[in-house]
Amino acid sequence: MSPDPAPTAQPARRGGQGDLGFRVSTGAFALLVLVIVAAIGVVLTAESWLSIRRFGMGFWATTTWDPVAGDFGALPFIWGTLYSSILALLIATPVALGIAVFIAELCPAGLRTPLVFLTELLAAIPSIVYGLWGIFVLVPLVRQLEIWTPEFLKQVPLFTGPPLGVGMLAAGLILAIMITPFTSSVAREVLKAVPVEQREAAYALGATRFEAIQAALYYARTGILGAVMLGFGRALGETMAVTMVIGNSAQISMSLYAPQYSMAAVIANEFTEADTALYLDALVEIGLVLFAITLLVNILSRALIWSMTRSFKKAAVPALPPAAPEPAA
Amino acid sequence: MTAATWRKIKSGIFVSFCALSIAVALVPLAFIFFFVLKEGLQALDYDFFTQMPKPVGEPGGGMANAIVGTLIIVGLGALFAIPTGIMSGVYLSEYAGTRLSSAARFAADTLNGVPSIVIGMFIYTIAVLPVKQFSALAGGLALGVMMIPIIARTTEELLLLVPGSMREGALALGASRAQATFSVVLPAALPGILTGVVLALARIAGETAPLLFTSFNNRFFNTTLTQPTASLTVTVFTYAISPYEDWHRQAWAGALVLVAIVFFCSLLARVATRRLEKMRGR
Repeated sequence: MSPDPAPTAQPARRGGQGDLGFRVSTGAFALLVLVIVAAIGVVLTAESWLSIRRFGMGFWATTTWDPVAGDFGALPFIWGTLYSSILALLIATPVALGIAVFIAELCPAGLRTPLVFLTELLAAIPSIVYGLWGIFVLVPLVRQLEIWTPEFLKQVPLFTGPPLGVGMLAAGLILAIMITPFTSSVAREVLKAVPVEQREAAYALGATRFEAIQAALYYARTGILGAVMLGFGRALGETMAVTMVIGNSAQISMSLYAPQYSMAAVIANEFTEADTALYLDALVEIGLVLFAITLLVNILSRALIWSMTRSFKKAAVPALPPAAPEPAA
Repeated sequence: MTAATWRKIKSGIFVSFCALSIAVALVPLAFIFFFVLKEGLQALDYDFFTQMPKPVGEPGGGMANAIVGTLIIVGLGALFAIPTGIMSGVYLSEYAGTRLSSAARFAADTLNGVPSIVIGMFIYTIAVLPVKQFSALAGGLALGVMMIPIIARTTEELLLLVPGSMREGALALGASRAQATFSVVLPAALPGILTGVVLALARIAGETAPLLFTSFNNRFFNTTLTQPTASLTVTVFTYAISPYEDWHRQAWAGALVLVAIVFFCSLLARVATRRLEKMRGR
C-alpha cells in the first residue's frame, strides 16, 4: 500500500502517517453525507415495496384513496403538488427576477444590504408561521376574493366552486411568497457573475438601461433558468404551509377555488394514522417519488447554474440557501 | 413618437416593474410581521414560558414543555450535525479535487434540497419503526440530517477564504497537514463558521415536518431522550388546526417566539459578518 495517497506533490516527510489519518477521518465524514443521501433512496424504496409490488405504475394513474378498503391511488396528490407548484412558479418568477435585477443592477449601493437582509428574512421565516398566517389571515382574504368573483367568471373552469377560502389559490399564493426569496437570491448571484463588460458594451452602443439589462439577462439565461427551477424544487417539497391552506381533499380539479391535496400534505396528515402495512407503504411510496422528483429538479437546476457560473472562473457558485452567510458583501 | 423616446419609456416601465417587485415581496413580509406581532404579543405572557398545557377546554396554560423539548431536540441535532458538518467541510476544502469530495459536495447540495417531510419519513423508518417508539433522539437525528449539508458547505466556503499563506507558513514550520488545518486554518475561519452554525440552528429550530413522526408530540413535560417529546413547532401546528379559540391564541404566541428566534439569529449573524469583514480590513 502506498504510504501517502494525499494529492500533494511533495514527498511525505514527517507526519505522513498523520496526513493519512487526517484524510481518512475527515473523508469518513464526507462519505457519511453521501451515505445518508443514498440511504434515503434505498430505505424508502425498501419500505414502500409492498405498495410498489401491489399497485405498480397504476398507483400513479388512479384516483381512489381508500385506506379502509386498502385501495390506493396517488394521482390526486401528484396533481395537487404539480398544480400548486406551477401556480406558485407563475406568480413568483416575475417578482423574483424583478427583485434580483433591482438589487443587482439598479438599486443604490446603500440600499442593497438592507434589501438583501429583508428578502432573506422572508426565506428564514419558518414554514409553520407561514401556515398559521395562511389559515388566519390569507385564507379569509382569499375567501373574500372568491365571494366577490363576478358571476360570469364563475362559469370558467378555473374559478368554479363554492368560496371556501382554503384551496389551490391559497396554496399557490403562500408557496409563491415562500419561494420568491430563493429564486431571487440565486438569480442575483447569477447576474453578479455576468461580466461587467457585457453591460458596458451594451451602454457603449447606446442601449437604454432596459436593453443593457436585457443583454445581461440573456447572457445569464441558463443560470436564471436554474434559479427558477431551484424555486420550483422548494415548492414541490414544501409541507406545513401547504397542508394548512390547501384544503386536504383528494380530488382533481382545474379550479383554483377547489380544496385539493398535495403529496407532502397527505404524508404529514396520514402517516401516523397508517394502521396497515400497505397503507404505510403507499404513503412511503409517495415520499419516495417526492424525493426522486425533487432530486431530479435540484440536480438539473444546479447543473444549469453551474454551467453558467463555471465559464467565469472564481464566480462564487450560489450553492446554499440564503441562510448561509455571505462571506463577502 | 420617435423610436428613442419609445425605448426610453420601455426602459422606464422596466425599472418601475423591478422596483415594484421589491414592494410586492415586502408587503407579505410586513403583513406577516404585523400579524405575528399583534396576535403574538396579545397572547404572550409569563405563563406561556412557565406553565404546562392545560387540559382541552380549560383556558390558560403555556408551552413550557414544548420550549424545553425544542431546546433538547435542536441540541441533539446540533450535537450530531456540528462535528459531522465541520469535518466533512474540512475534507471538502482540503481535498477539493478528489472524486469523493465532488461526490460529497454534490450529495450535500442534494440533501439540502430534499423536502424536510421526506427526511422525517426516512428517520421514522430507521429510528422509530425498529423500536416502535417516537423519541427526542429520532427528532434530533432528523434535524441533524438537515443541518449537516448547511454546515458542511459553509465550513468549506469559509476555509477556502483563509489565505493560503497561513497554511503554507504552518507547513513550512514542519506542521503536518492535520496540524496546519486544525490549529491554524480552522481557527482563522472559526468565527465565520460559528455564524453559519447559528443561522443553521435558527433555520432548523423552525422546522415542523421532520418532527411530526420522529419526536411526535407530548402533552407532558419530558426530558427522557427515548420518549415522545413536544416541540414548539409541532405544538403550534396542533394548536393552529384545532377548533379552540384559546389554542389559536397560544399558537400565535408560539409563532412570535419562533420568529423572534429567527430574527435575532439572523441579525446576530449579520452583525458578526460585518465585524469580521472589518477585522479583515475590507
